[in-house]
Amino acid sequence: MPSTVTIEWYLALSIILFTLGAAGVLLRRNAIIIFMSIELMLNSANLLFVAFARYLSDLNGQVLVFFVITVAAAEVAVGLALIVVIFRTRRSINIDEINLLKG
Amino acid sequence: MGSPFIFIILAIIAIAAALGMLLSRNAVHSALYLVLNFATIAVFYLVLNAPFISMVQVTVYAGAIVVLFLFVIMLLGAEQLRGIGDEVPLGERLHRILAVILAIALVGVFLFLIFTEGGGSSGDIPMIDTSPNKLGLMLFENYVLPFEITGVLLLTSLIGVVVLGRRKKGEEGDNA
Repeated sequence: MPSTVTIEWYLALSIILFTLGAAGVLLRRNAIIIFMSIELMLNSANLLFVAFARYLSDLNGQVLVFFVITVAAAEVAVGLALIVVIFRTRRSINIDEINLLKG
Repeated sequence: MGSPFIFIILAIIAIAAALGMLLSRNAVHSALYLVLNFATIAVFYLVLNAPFISMVQVTVYAGAIVVLFLFVIMLLGAEQLRGIGDEVPLGERLHRILAVILAIALVGVFLFLIFTEGGGSSGDIPMIDTSPNKLGLMLFENYVLPFEITGVLLLTSLIGVVVLGRRKKGEEGDNA
């Protein structure tokens, strides 16, 4: 086992988490789970920001994480409100059944 | 950047929690796995010399956002949903197989690139002061405009949520 953790380890972990999130968006048909997968992807990006902030000894990376967290919070609030509205009109949050815009 | 032992244990927990979220049939369980994942990432932030970000992660993500998720899941009564193992039509099964292949290919290509390009120094990296004090100074010295824009964004989303959540007139009798 190598004696220290390098930036590559964090890159690898972040990519695995990001891909799991992307796979979640593709695999699941439940709108709420898709939102959770998006959160997972945002988190993997945040992890990489902080890892590089540590690696480059630069505080800017940590400040950027704040902005990502804020935007994620706003996005979740609006997204969940949309899901509630869609559920009210369609009685379902299965994204395969939400096809009102189909041409 | 932390000891390999701690990194591997935390990485296994984080990936297992992500998989649990992905594969769980019950949406509430998915949300709880997501809390575990966020908490593990918060520990990573502590290891990476970012204590304030770690606390923000716990309060905003593991606290506020997941509570919002759970609230909506329970409001809609959508706990039991079609899981990943249920009977699905052929078209969707092909779609799933393709998605898994693409995901594996993505990870494979990235890991290949990372570990063939290699060469990140593993020597001692100087620790910088990341106290909330320093972070706040950084934020207000170099990121004033983005900070203001974020405030406007939050206000916009707040108004948006109120407008979306409001029930229109004549809809009062509806449940849910």
